[in-house]
Amino acid sequence: MTERRGWTHLLFVLPFLAVYLWLLVYPLLTGVSLSLHRANLFGGATFIGLENYTRLFRDATFRQALGNTVLFVALCVPVLVTVALALALALNRAGRFAAALRSIVFASSVLSVTVMTIVWRQVLTVDGGLLSHVAQGVGARPLAFLSDPHLVLPSLVLITVWWSLGLPMILFLSALQQIPRSVYEAAALDRATPWSVFRHVTLPALTPALLLVIAYECALQFQLFGQPQLLTQGGPNGASRPMVLYIYETGFNHWDVGYAAAASQILFALILVVALVPQLARRLWGRA
Amino acid sequence: MPSAPALEFRNVAKVFDGLRLFDDLSFGIGKGEFFVILGPSGCGKTTLLRLIAGLESVDGGDILLHGAPIHNVAPGDRGVAMVFQDYALYPHMSVADNLAFGLRNARVPADEISRRINDAARALAIEPFLDRKPGKLSGGQQQRVALARALVRRPDLLLMDEPLSSLDPALRLRTRRELAHISKTLAATTVMVTHDQVEAMTLASRIMVMHEHRIQQIGTPLEIFMRPANVFVAQFVGATPMNVLAGNLRQTARGKAGFDLDGTLIATAIKHPGLPESPSWRLGLRAEDITLTAPDAGQIRATVGFVERLGEQSWVHVVLGDGREVVATQTGVSQYSDGDAVGLSFDGARAHLFDADGMAYHADVS
Repeated sequence: MTERRGWTHLLFVLPFLAVYLWLLVYPLLTGVSLSLHRANLFGGATFIGLENYTRLFRDATFRQALGNTVLFVALCVPVLVTVALALALALNRAGRFAAALRSIVFASSVLSVTVMTIVWRQVLTVDGGLLSHVAQGVGARPLAFLSDPHLVLPSLVLITVWWSLGLPMILFLSALQQIPRSVYEAAALDRATPWSVFRHVTLPALTPALLLVIAYECALQFQLFGQPQLLTQGGPNGASRPMVLYIYETGFNHWDVGYAAAASQILFALILVVALVPQLARRLWGRA
Repeated sequence: MPSAPALEFRNVAKVFDGLRLFDDLSFGIGKGEFFVILGPSGCGKTTLLRLIAGLESVDGGDILLHGAPIHNVAPGDRGVAMVFQDYALYPHMSVADNLAFGLRNARVPADEISRRINDAARALAIEPFLDRKPGKLSGGQQQRVALARALVRRPDLLLMDEPLSSLDPALRLRTRRELAHISKTLAATTVMVTHDQVEAMTLASRIMVMHEHRIQQIGTPLEIFMRPANVFVAQFVGATPMNVLAGNLRQTARGKAGFDLDGTLIATAIKHPGLPESPSWRLGLRAEDITLTAPDAGQIRATVGFVERLGEQSWVHVVLGDGREVVATQTGVSQYSDGDAVGLSFDGARAHLFDADGMAYHADVS
C-alpha cells in the first residue's frame, strides 16, 4: 500500500521532473562536458581537460568582462534594492495617488529590453539625446554616457534600475502589508521614533523579502546581456562588455563553443555562490 | 461619580467620513476605577478608546487626564498604555524586549527596566517565556504579555480593547478571573471596551452602555441590571433579553401602575402618579421573574414554543394567545416539550415600564 502510494506521488511530479531533467540538468551536464573539449559549432570535439579554463584566466578580454559584470552587480543590486524599498515604504498607503504611482513604477517592468533600450538611447545619446539637449540648454558640455568608458557602466546601472524596480517594489509592498496596523499603533504608544519603528518593526518583517530580492536580483543581474548588446555592443573598448555578451561573442561569432562553455561554467558558479549567500546568512543568524 | 475625575470627556465630537460619529460626548472616570464601555459591534466604543489613546483625532471638545487636556498630545506622551484586541506584540522581539521597548524609548534606566519587567513577569506568570518570541506563545500567554507590556509603563490610564475576545471560551473565563484579580491588586485606572456583558458585569466598577454612538447609561453593574435606563439597556444586559410587551396602563387602588396585558392585570410596584403622559406603554420583565405553572394556575395561559436547556437552568419560550413570545426561566432541566399548555405567573413587583420613547421607569428602592 505504502509502496503503491509512493509510485503515485512520483507520477504527479513526473511531468515537471521530465522537463527539468531534459531542459535543465541535461544541458547543464552537456555544458560541463563541452567546457572540457576544444569544440566548434560545426562539430568535432577534442578532449583537452582544463585547458579552456587556464586559457580563460590568461585572457584579458575575459578578465575585463568578469570585472565589468562584478562591478555592474555590485553597483546595480544595492541601488535597486534601496530605491525599491524606499518606493515601497513611500507608496504603502491607501489612496488613488499612491495606487497610480505604484502602477507607473511597475509599468517600466512590462517593457521588453528592446523597447526599453530604444527609449533610453533617445535620452542618453550624445548627438541629439534628451540629456545632451538639457546640458546644452544650461550651457554645459553634454556627457557621452554611452561612449565614455567611465560613464558607460553607471549608465547601464541607471537604466537597469529604472527597468527592474517594479518586481522588488511589489515584493516589498506585499511584505509591508503583512504587518498589522495595530503593531505600529502599539509602537506609537511606546513612544518609538520613526527610525526606531523602521529598525525594530518594519525591517525585521521585511528581512525574508529583502534576502529573497537580493538573491534573485544578483542572479538576474549577473546575466546582464540585452542592454549592452543593444546599446553599446560592449564598447567602448570592452568597457561595457559583461560575461554573457563575452560568452555569446565567443560561441556564436568565433564559433569556439568549448571555450564559451567554460566561461559559462564560471558564470554559473559565481551566480550559485552569490545566490546562496543570503540563504546562508539567514541560517547563521537564525532569525527572520 | 467619585470626586475628581481621572479622565474626563467634555463635549467630545468625532467626525468620520463626513458622518458625525460622536456629538457632545461627556462623562468622567474616577481614579482607580475599572470602567467598562459596553455595547454591540459598531456602537463606537472602540473609536472612543482610540480617541483616549490618541490613535484617532478629536474633532471637538476636550479630553482631560487628571485635569490636563491630552487630546493634542502625542499618543506616547499621554501617560496611557493599551492592550490591543489582537495584542499587537512586536513579532521579532523576545517577550522581554517587547516589555522593554517602550521603557527604553522613554529613557528609563536599564536597572529600573529589568526591575519592572521582573515585577510584571512575576505578577502575570510570564517569567518562563521572557526569552521567547510572541509567535511561540499560546493566545492566553500572548494576552498576558500584552497586559504586562502595558503595565510596565506604569500608565496613568490603562486601556483595553476587547482583550479577551480572541481567546477560546474556557480560556476566556480563566483569563477574565485572572484579570479581575490583577486589576484589584493593581488598582490602576482602567478603561476596557467589550461587547460581552458578562465581562462587563464581572469586571467593572462602573459600566457605560453605548448604542449607535450614544451613551445609553452609566452606572454600577447592579444599577445597569436592576434599573436599566431604557429598553435598549434592558434588553442588552442580561443572560437572555428582557421580555418587553405592549399593553395598556391602569392605576391600581394603592396608587401603583397596573399593566393590562390582554385583559390580565399585572400589578407593578411603580408609582402611577410619577409617570409622564405617553401614547403607549410597554412592560419589561426578565425571564427569571416569570414562573411557569399548571395551565389554569397562572395569570395567563400559553403554549410552549421551544425550550433551551442550559443545564443549571432552562429558557422556556412560550407563545401567548395573540402570538407574542415570552421567555421564562425554569431552574434545572425543563421537562416541557413543544406544544405543552402552561400557565404564566408574573412577578409584577419586579416589573419595569417603558414609555413610547423607550425610557424606563422602575419601582422605588425600599
